[in-house]
Amino acid sequence: MLKISADKLNDLFDAISAKQTLYIPVDREAGSAEYKKYESGMEMSRGLNTVRSAKDFFFPQTENLADFKMNGKNIEVIDIREESEDFVIFGVRACDARSFTILDKVFLAEPVDSYYKNRRDHGTVVTMACTRPAETCFCTTFGIDPTAPEGDAAVFSDGENYFFKANNEKGQAFIDSISDMLQDGDTEKLEKIQENTREIMKKLPLANLSTDSFGGERLMEHFSSEKWAELSESCLGCGTCTFVCPTCQCYDIRDFDTGNGIKRFRCWDSCMYSDFTKMAHGNSRNSQLERFRQRFMHKLVYFPANNNGEFGCVGCGRCLSKCPISMNIVKVMKALEVK
Amino acid sequence: MQETIIKRAKELLADGTVNRVIGWKRGEFVYDITPAVFETAEEIDAEFVFDDFTQANVSKYLIKESRKEGKILAFLKPCDTYSFNQLVKEHRINRENVYVIGIPGGPKLDIEKIKAKGITGILDVKNENYTLKIKTLYGEETMPFYEAISGKCADCKSKKHVVYDELIGEDGDVLESNRFDMVEKLENMTAQERYDFWRGELSKCIRCNACRNVCPACTCENCVFDNPSSGVSNKAAADSFEENMFHIIRAFHVAGRCTDCGECSRVCPQNIPLHLLNRKFIKDINSLYGEYQAGADTTSKAPLNDYNTDDCEPSIVHERGVE
Repeated sequence: MLKISADKLNDLFDAISAKQTLYIPVDREAGSAEYKKYESGMEMSRGLNTVRSAKDFFFPQTENLADFKMNGKNIEVIDIREESEDFVIFGVRACDARSFTILDKVFLAEPVDSYYKNRRDHGTVVTMACTRPAETCFCTTFGIDPTAPEGDAAVFSDGENYFFKANNEKGQAFIDSISDMLQDGDTEKLEKIQENTREIMKKLPLANLSTDSFGGERLMEHFSSEKWAELSESCLGCGTCTFVCPTCQCYDIRDFDTGNGIKRFRCWDSCMYSDFTKMAHGNSRNSQLERFRQRFMHKLVYFPANNNGEFGCVGCGRCLSKCPISMNIVKVMKALEVK
Repeated sequence: MQETIIKRAKELLADGTVNRVIGWKRGEFVYDITPAVFETAEEIDAEFVFDDFTQANVSKYLIKESRKEGKILAFLKPCDTYSFNQLVKEHRINRENVYVIGIPGGPKLDIEKIKAKGITGILDVKNENYTLKIKTLYGEETMPFYEAISGKCADCKSKKHVVYDELIGEDGDVLESNRFDMVEKLENMTAQERYDFWRGELSKCIRCNACRNVCPACTCENCVFDNPSSGVSNKAAADSFEENMFHIIRAFHVAGRCTDCGECSRVCPQNIPLHLLNRKFIKDINSLYGEYQAGADTTSKAPLNDYNTDDCEPSIVHERGVE
């Protein structure tokens, strides 16, 4: 397999970023990383994952959709879409890589979301295999192999080298573009590390979490469960879980009055918020119980019902770490388990 | 301590003094504690927990809980009693419907401080003579207890319970705290340095509203920022300065009512030190209107709600703003 030695990683970043914009995970303060546009000398985070997921690259927290200019009685509609530049996201974990597959099912289904597609077409996702999963990880529950991540190209570390493998044509093109810096390497040590990681995955506290009790056909059973009251009783109704989640995809579209026109934008929305899906008649979910239930029903029942059984969660564990009251999808799945 | 608390909770449930108990429930790991209401002795035996990780302030939940049928038992740490008292003062909590037991406070542990050391795969954390023995998937780690304590406990202002019906353990004193040190440091910066500090911190904000929703001083039925008809609901920031404005406006709104419980910074997923904005207001109120601690009592007049002829003139703001 083609590889580069670990001490040459920044040379590689310099070479990639000379051709296109490169984003890498960078430590912000001890223990929390974020994706940043690479600048020479920046060090890649050794942490497991970023606080915010990688979905921002394709589905940003806010974006303008169109401008409207008022001229007397005429309204001019201005299409502000521009072709995205090419960019590379390096170091995406297997969970986040799978989240793109989930987001694709929403945004690339007819009618195609041209804003999302534009960025998706121009972005190359280079994933990084995991070697030190955290106790909050449960990606294997959703059939994800963190030692063999998806994405356009995948990178594997044996501690001394980074190995490159293409998963599709885009990934192959990426590897070809840097092949002069890579050389053939022996993967014996790497295979041992992968085996070791797979063993650790089996020992994780959430290794046995099962999706057997969920899916599209379980709708009424779970919707009517009496457990929601207890599960949601302490929910603060904040949007932390939805905003750190790599698969949460709900958004709101609003108009911003600029004084002589309108900027139409969309922004992430959260089903936990009291004005979520508020319509002319009012709100369809008036209690926090209903709003809380919506989030988990969406991921565990509605999404698989509409997407051939695929669940809307990738087991990244961000909501487990970040919920202010430590209520999360794992606790919900365990409480609703059908024995 | 947990055993004593559980025993007393069951007694008060059994003799009918209360019909519910609010406390904390164990999670999947040693640290992921959820506030919870218990109705039976069996539930308490199965899930009630009080340990080094039970940080959450349950006072705000009592707004809703104290309006229900019957009396609820609440276990409050010293800092929580200030929030509780302030909410009683603001007529948000129905005092008669709550039986308060004062329990010892922290220092509590912050799992993020442990993870920040690069410790991962955490399976258990034990405090042995103020050294943490941390069992992980990758072997055993140790770290000093005091390096892992939560920020709000490191700056603890008081070990005194300002309200209770009974006490478990001994009551403490108001502490000589160093909680204004960082505020002073910020005050001593140049305007540009201070601006850069806050822009750096506040630009991390993802507007999840966790700080607002956990805040015992933020109890509006419908926040202006959640009300689409308000015209300022700003679900998305029109520019990067709006995130700053949200936090500054919120700090103004809770000024004089914020007890400095520290929940805002504890819950922030982006680790923004939001409490420093509130502490700046507390420090200014202390110096401009005389020492005042929100929540210390339920009768005194709040400095910003009260007019006296010797109040400082508005021009003081201008004077203090000059570099």
